[in-house]
Amino acid sequence: MSAPCLEMTAARYIVRNKTLLGPLDLSLASAGITCILGPNGAGKSLFLALAHGMIVPHQGHVMWNGQPAADTRQSRGFVFQSTPVLRRSVRANLAFPLAARRCPAKDRAARVEQALHDARLMQHADSPAAALSGGERQRLALAQAMVARPTAVLLDEPGASLDPASAKLLEDMVRAVAASGTKVILATHDLPAARRLADDVLVFIGGQLAMQAGAEGFFAGTHGPAVMDYLEGRI
Amino acid sequence: MESLGVAIGLVVGFDAGLWAVIGLSLRVSITAVLVATLIGAPLGALLATRKFLGRQVLVVLSGAFMALPPVVVGLAVYLLLSRAGPLGPLGLLFTPSAMIIAQTVLILPIITALTLQAVAPIYRDYKGMFSAHNVAPMAALRIALWDARFAVATAILAGFGRAISEVGAVQIVGGNIDGVTRVMTTTIALETSKGNLEFALALGFVLIVLALLVNLAILGLGRFGRRFEEARL
Repeated sequence: MSAPCLEMTAARYIVRNKTLLGPLDLSLASAGITCILGPNGAGKSLFLALAHGMIVPHQGHVMWNGQPAADTRQSRGFVFQSTPVLRRSVRANLAFPLAARRCPAKDRAARVEQALHDARLMQHADSPAAALSGGERQRLALAQAMVARPTAVLLDEPGASLDPASAKLLEDMVRAVAASGTKVILATHDLPAARRLADDVLVFIGGQLAMQAGAEGFFAGTHGPAVMDYLEGRI
Repeated sequence: MESLGVAIGLVVGFDAGLWAVIGLSLRVSITAVLVATLIGAPLGALLATRKFLGRQVLVVLSGAFMALPPVVVGLAVYLLLSRAGPLGPLGLLFTPSAMIIAQTVLILPIITALTLQAVAPIYRDYKGMFSAHNVAPMAALRIALWDARFAVATAILAGFGRAISEVGAVQIVGGNIDGVTRVMTTTIALETSKGNLEFALALGFVLIVLALLVNLAILGLGRFGRRFEEARL
């Protein structure tokens, strides 16, 4: 296992005196694909938001390579389940994260072209982003997250509501991202996809980390009653 | 009918007095629109994208003051600029500058409120993305404002329409001085009261054409903006 990149220490997110997530104590390796599993309302999206630094824990710490998550957001990418796009062309949407990170203008065009190629969106480069299909839009979102060459990318159920062909293209792209050395943290309901992609797995149930395991052992073994209830569709 | 013929003759014959009045009207209103846009568009975008102390008060005021009566604005600016007023020493009363100030006050709430309405839904769409990419607040404001540009341009044109056609405020702070502060609307009022209907009609004709052009521009921009958006869906 490579050195940990994400570390959470007694991290807890509280709303109106109710703990929605945590306390979490975990660390994730700096490479590979970590799949976040759990039933609806288990805290997967909240975990990703906390991990990315879009929200800060009320207690405890969330650190990436020793730095607070909220201070290092620009070194990561994030893909929402339904990603909003700028009311601009696909190309302009890919240039936006580079501009936000003050990437030198001379490097932007080449990076955008590479991102268009990686996302297989060359033919749509100058089309309005809002005209893309659901699958194309999610590939754009992942390319948008990757164009600034992040050290990690977090994806919140990006394949939900996609047809099998679009989901397969997105899956190939996620695999290529991980192969390039970027850490991938993927929240998903799609257990077969998680089985194909994951190097390790976190299972959340009721805002708690119920299990952290290597993917191979997780999908082969039997687990505690709460995790089995989830895997067998009882919760 | 005879008056109408003379009026058309004055317009197409480029009567110097008539075109001087038209020129001053345009100069005053366009300057007021520029100033109100420079303040109102960023302010509207700020209200749409940021939360700060007093924001809600500004939102309510900008909406409520969209229908400010021009004579009340004229009176308020008059009190500010009169010799005994706080800005009296500047000596601006009965100058085109005073008229620009009055029109700016009149249309600033319109441009602010309409910009707020245009930017707010776009910012709501983009908010998550801005957060994910850690976009600086001012950069987020600029992006949302740019993507709302067609609706903002419509707000600016609506402000111009209001400025060029109002009479109460410029009458009070300008004084309707011949060759100095006499604009189309105040001239129409004066010439009508004197019975000089040809001149009043000629100016009325120009004012209506301007109003039509502004409305056509608003319509065109709206259509262009909608087509631009539809092409994206």
